[in-house]
Amino acid sequence: MPISGIVVLTIGALYFLVPVASTVKFSLEQGHAGFGFQAYRQILDDPQFRHTLWFSVQLALETTVVTMALMVPTVYWVHLRLPKIRPVVEAITILPFVVPPIVLVVGLFDFFKSFSPDWLLQDFVFSSKFLVAAYVVLSLPFVYRALDAGIRAVDIQTLTEAAESLGASRTRTLFRVILPNLREAVLAACLLTFVIVLGEFTIASIALYQTFPVYITTIGSAQAYPAAALTVISVGLTFVAAAVFLVLGRMGLRKRRQPVLGAAMTGMAGAASTNPGGA
Amino acid sequence: MPYLELHDLRKQFGSFTALGGVSLSLEEGEFLSLLGPSGCGKTTALRIIAGFLQPDSGRVVIGGEDMTSHAPNRRDIGMVFQAYSLFPNMTAAQNVAFGLKVRKWPGAKRDARVSELLEIVGLSHAVDRYPHQLSGGMQQRVALARALAIEPRVLLLDEPLSALDALVRVQLREEIRRVQTQLGITTVYVTHDQEEALSVSDRVAVVYSGGIEQLGTPAEIYGAPSTRFVAEFIGTMNRLESRVADSEAGAVDINGTIVPVDAVRGRPAGQDVLVLLRPEAIALETLNGKPPAPGGIVGEVTAQSFLGAVTRLKIAAENGSELIANVPSTGATAYSVSQRVVVRFPADSARVLDV
Repeated sequence: MPISGIVVLTIGALYFLVPVASTVKFSLEQGHAGFGFQAYRQILDDPQFRHTLWFSVQLALETTVVTMALMVPTVYWVHLRLPKIRPVVEAITILPFVVPPIVLVVGLFDFFKSFSPDWLLQDFVFSSKFLVAAYVVLSLPFVYRALDAGIRAVDIQTLTEAAESLGASRTRTLFRVILPNLREAVLAACLLTFVIVLGEFTIASIALYQTFPVYITTIGSAQAYPAAALTVISVGLTFVAAAVFLVLGRMGLRKRRQPVLGAAMTGMAGAASTNPGGA
Repeated sequence: MPYLELHDLRKQFGSFTALGGVSLSLEEGEFLSLLGPSGCGKTTALRIIAGFLQPDSGRVVIGGEDMTSHAPNRRDIGMVFQAYSLFPNMTAAQNVAFGLKVRKWPGAKRDARVSELLEIVGLSHAVDRYPHQLSGGMQQRVALARALAIEPRVLLLDEPLSALDALVRVQLREEIRRVQTQLGITTVYVTHDQEEALSVSDRVAVVYSGGIEQLGTPAEIYGAPSTRFVAEFIGTMNRLESRVADSEAGAVDINGTIVPVDAVRGRPAGQDVLVLLRPEAIALETLNGKPPAPGGIVGEVTAQSFLGAVTRLKIAAENGSELIANVPSTGATAYSVSQRVVVRFPADSARVLDV
């Protein structure tokens, strides 16, 4: 590697590592009592920590499932049958970037309240499922782009026709032929959705839900050391989640020509940093 | 009784007429090629047979049953695509087994059928390889085995060799024909490569701008093109603008040279016609100062290109015509560039079309 490369890499690494390292150091301080894990113990003993984390993980899983169920067939169908409206779909999926989260959440509330019967208000609008609905909207831009990148790498037209000529139904074609070849893209989309929900603060806070990011903020405004410890834990969790998805993606790579996940993730990284809802 | 019938198929894309009324019928076990330049409608016709496209009007009948409105997955048609149609997530064997799984064949029967088909296409050693571990030619063999495994009623091939190397192309087209004959399956083969179509087919349909120009055996298509397009599209053809000179004995006037051509007998004298002549029908004589015997076209060799067994000569005739002649390469040295020659051809070797 040339010198310039090493220099750039070092600067880049420092940019990301220094804040994390100082946070780790700060989280291990115990005032005048030197260094230790007191802040971590305090966080891990707090039942709120486990409750909010579990709540956020649940929300993330639900959002991921709903988004995939909605978007995978949509993107497939748009590519297969309606390639002309692709720019329109693309534009629509960008809208959540343009609409500020506060507008999104208030708008969604008013929209659903305006026509919902009582039972729907109870079971949906005033329940945590409402958050899931908002998060599905929020993750659209990322999910659409990850899936779009993956589907472009595959000749879905020919594969679909080949499967159909062999007698396969649409459902079988989607699950046996198309999805396995979009594995990396789908995993990338899942990871992005998961991470977005785990980090989303604004909507949850406005809608008065105690999610993990809301909990972090509450702690952060009151207790300095535990807040640092919490941040470190949260960064660690994100890394673990990313690693799990990467390993899942790698497992399928032996069979395939190109790793699509890497490409999709790189493409997403830029987009993710502009996430308006991220904490 | 015909097995596969196309009745007056029409298909319009906006203002572009892809098919303007195509009718065809194939006997069971017949191998028919749709041959034509890109955009002529041959692929549209194939996709309509497969069910991927709906015709604006017309019918597709297989074995007496109208299939026009059946979905592609209910037609029992095997299809081989241009390239890269194997499922990348499955091995060769799994690809071939796919259609059988859809049909719920029991495991043992299925495995036997998969081995049988992979053996037929000569890939018994590659059953567990994924598509990316196979060469282009091997991938197309698997695709063929996959299409045939389901015992389809009709086999459709959409330019299956166009992405392959020249040598593999020749091997594989012979292979396709062998397998087709062995299994006796009714086959429609789409290609823009005339050599491919002529070498493997029972019959060839030359397609041009949405219609069938000529339908016939390869020998008929090559030897007796019935339209100007077919004459130009198939092989190399000399086209000589001429006028009927003698309607009884059969002779034409090619820019002032009277040449015997049997095919003009019975046409009115003075009629403008196009005389078609294959380069291999031409016999050359060198002309070294002496005056030529009548009935030959005098000219000069302007270019020579070596094609292997034959050498192709370009000849500029004194009467203004341009001619192409093939001579055996062993004797080609006599016809170097700027050598004066006399062009003759048997009176029964030329075809005549109306201008």
